[in-house]
Amino acid sequence: MTVLPRPARRLGLAVALVAALTASACGNAPSRSSSTSSSGAGAGAATATSAAALGGMEALIAAAKKEGALNVIALPPDWTNYGEVISTFEKQYGIKVTSAQPDGSSQDEINAANQLKGTDRAPDVFDLSSPVAIANVDLFAPYQVTTFADVRADLKEPSGKYVSDYGGFMSIGYDAGKVPAPTSVADLLKPEYKGKVALNGDPTQAGAAFNGVVMAALGSGGSADDISKGVDFFSQLKKAGNFLPVDPSPATIASGQTPVVFDWDYTNAAQTAKLAGNVDWKVVVPSGAVVGSYYVQAINKDAPHPAAARLWQEFLYSDTGQNLWLKGFGRPVRAEAMQKAGTIDKAAFDKLPPVSGTPVFLTEAQSAAANTYLKANWAKAVS
Amino acid sequence: MRAGSGTAAPVRRGLGRLAADHLAVLPFLAFVAVFLLWPTLTVIGGAFSADDGGLTLSNLTGIFRSPYRESFVRSIQLSAITAVVGAVLGAALAWAVVAGRPDGLLRRVVTSAAGVMAQFGGVTLAFAFLATVGFEGLVTVFLRDRGVNLFAGGAWIFELPGLVLVYSYFQIPLMVIVFLPALDGLRPQWREASESLGGTGWTYLRLVAGPLLAPAFLGSLLLLFANAFSAYATAAALISQGATIVPLQIRALQTGEVILGQQGLGKALGLGMVVVVAVVMTLYALLQRRTSRWLR
Amino acid sequence: MAAVTAVAGAGRRRRTAALRWSVLVLLGAFFLLPLLAMLDFSTKGPGGGRTLTAWREIGRDTELLRAIAASLELSVLTAVLMLVLLVPTMTWVHLRLPRVRRLIEALCLLPLVIPAIVLVVGIASLYSWVTYYLGDSPLTLTFVYVVLVLPYAYRAVESGLSAVDLKTLSEAARSLGASWTTVFLRVVLPNVRSAVLSAGLLSVALVLGEFTIASLLNFQTLQVGIALTGKRDAGLSIAVSLAALVLAFVLLLLVSLFAGRRRGARAVEPLQTVPPAAAAPAVSG
Repeated sequence: MTVLPRPARRLGLAVALVAALTASACGNAPSRSSSTSSSGAGAGAATATSAAALGGMEALIAAAKKEGALNVIALPPDWTNYGEVISTFEKQYGIKVTSAQPDGSSQDEINAANQLKGTDRAPDVFDLSSPVAIANVDLFAPYQVTTFADVRADLKEPSGKYVSDYGGFMSIGYDAGKVPAPTSVADLLKPEYKGKVALNGDPTQAGAAFNGVVMAALGSGGSADDISKGVDFFSQLKKAGNFLPVDPSPATIASGQTPVVFDWDYTNAAQTAKLAGNVDWKVVVPSGAVVGSYYVQAINKDAPHPAAARLWQEFLYSDTGQNLWLKGFGRPVRAEAMQKAGTIDKAAFDKLPPVSGTPVFLTEAQSAAANTYLKANWAKAVS
Repeated sequence: MRAGSGTAAPVRRGLGRLAADHLAVLPFLAFVAVFLLWPTLTVIGGAFSADDGGLTLSNLTGIFRSPYRESFVRSIQLSAITAVVGAVLGAALAWAVVAGRPDGLLRRVVTSAAGVMAQFGGVTLAFAFLATVGFEGLVTVFLRDRGVNLFAGGAWIFELPGLVLVYSYFQIPLMVIVFLPALDGLRPQWREASESLGGTGWTYLRLVAGPLLAPAFLGSLLLLFANAFSAYATAAALISQGATIVPLQIRALQTGEVILGQQGLGKALGLGMVVVVAVVMTLYALLQRRTSRWLR
Repeated sequence: MAAVTAVAGAGRRRRTAALRWSVLVLLGAFFLLPLLAMLDFSTKGPGGGRTLTAWREIGRDTELLRAIAASLELSVLTAVLMLVLLVPTMTWVHLRLPRVRRLIEALCLLPLVIPAIVLVVGIASLYSWVTYYLGDSPLTLTFVYVVLVLPYAYRAVESGLSAVDLKTLSEAARSLGASWTTVFLRVVLPNVRSAVLSAGLLSVALVLGEFTIASLLNFQTLQVGIALTGKRDAGLSIAVSLAALVLAFVLLLLVSLFAGRRRGARAVEPLQTVPPAAAAPAVSG
């Protein structure tokens, strides 16, 4: 190839130099301060640690209505009835809720918060799995809802940076018309399940997938402290040709793409209800491998709508919010307190999928250890 | 090269004038510097950066370890197979089209369709593919009703065989677009000359058309390879989890939590991809020069 | 002797024609099958019937409509910015700075070597600056899309500029007293109209089909919208995909027919949807 003539070479060098200089400049742009509202209420809401600090619920509601909008992320409408939760909140307070990336994972929520920091699109609130929340505590603002005391001490961060919201047990959902009923996790390695088993997400990013691996570990002779057997299970599943690298969703279940799904009992149960008549979707929690877990709520420290974010939390932990989750087969964190007070939705409570056996709940330390193991080994196991 | 600058009168050689001339291309150069060169340098620089800001080769050695090594192997396999499949079938289709009139309807329809399919790969293609041979796809159900289980061997559509099949849907059209001009360059007179000298169709192919088309064919094949290697959207829309091929590995590293010691890994993978594509495209450019000599 | 070769020739022509048509039919079926499958899937009704609900849904899904609008605006903006940047620069280089031509060519063809997935890794931090200054709209993708389009547009415009003897024309105009602007607007542009149109269409096609960068930078464009819709409503996403494919095809076909007819008697290749020698990595694929 001919060499560039001299003037062009000099020019080219100059261009490259400009680019190099700009490239070596600092990485990300400074985050624009998110307090677009210069009013006192707006600034106050961003640091309020409780409704009382803002002057009571009325003041909070007024401030939130003034903001008029709320950004939520990764809340599928069929997931513990979030569709109805969002619409009820919108109707009750007249605040417009923008629901981004409904099928996102917990990690996607954190990524969005980082990427959209300082903009109006940043998520205001998060609904995360514990490992992801624990790893990103610095992003959250401490806030204690009015019913904070109703939540057990081991299910919340003391200052309210993240608080458990609803829980469930890991289950296997399956299309009874297409596959035989699995009784244990090991059953899924059989040839009848070739190309049929899906896990809801990547365990290093999504809570449902993370706990799916834990359930597999418990069902394959592992324990809460040792999930290597779970990772091995999925590796075997992949080798047997049974594992589908597809994210299951209501669409894939309805279309028959994912006949067997590792997911929470509440999501699977919601599908049973939704697809009754079209797909015979059954849910089973394998005995001996009962994994329970709560998701946690958190408020973005740099939320574009801080008052609305806090009002949302108040709503979720109120009896209305908790009962709506119960309607979606989730087990609300205030269930005990509400039962004592008689405010729980008895009919919905009785409809919860039955669970037999002693459930295993991972401690923070166990979660963190499992997370580390997964990050180091998951990709290799299923690639 | 010298002839072109003959219009420059001595007056214009003034330095000020020269600078002013170059000023006109400044907006374009500035734009390219910011939006193309800077990201490229970021990737190259990032591949060599350690977490603490120093230089390191650990990222580059990292990409040669499992699972990234397997991803590279699979990417190369996928690109090579689809390049050959696309080249052969695309050349056949191009040949079938070129025999007609240059502005006939058939040719326009095929080139338009090829244009759409070559550019519109990605998400639409992945969904079309699932609608055809997915678990409830048209072909799957058709075969199932006749007792043939397409997925007896497992979920092959999400692995290499499936990717090969779906990639063909944009490789073949791309070949048609790229190879058609080469076929157009074959003058019918050459065919007649070969026949008048007593040659058969096979002789013509072996001694005239073949050698003339070979550089174009090989060049197009290389182009198809680079295209498949760089492709992301189709695989990403089809395979939501896992990282079968290198672009999906990059996706996993971009969307996953940032782990200590792995920050430069995504950029190192990117650098690896750039190196492979650069090599292939250089060979392609060299072959292009040979082609253009004969088929102008 | 002539009669024998004539008969042999006719036989050969028939065989060739048969072979041609069988190739066309086989490959045609191969490509039409997925389109048929999409049509079938998107009209599947409950209990095996046919329904148009998925298609009607296209008009009702506001998120999707917003994404479509964003993509359409993006494609226009990209085409315009690309033409504004590229055509004057290339004309100027042709006329006054031939030595810089190689550099421009190298820069324009560089994006071919950087796959979109790698470009987005490098551009993520830059885009936080862009959105900081320009706000948070998908339209900011224009800048990186112009970069993606550069190689194809360069080739199209280059072939247009080389086909005309610009130097003579511009000298003639200058000697008659025209300014450089007049030369550009009234001498160069009319002569490269089809090349410019071709480059513009390429940009539109590329932008409408782009997924990689939009999805990894978290913007809602057409393709990203289709992908997200696919997770919750498979029928709707397939209906939109099919609609987009068919519309793009019809558009390209019409343009190719229209452009070909305008040329009239000139035996020139009909409007090329992708310039031959440099149709390199289909960016969206």
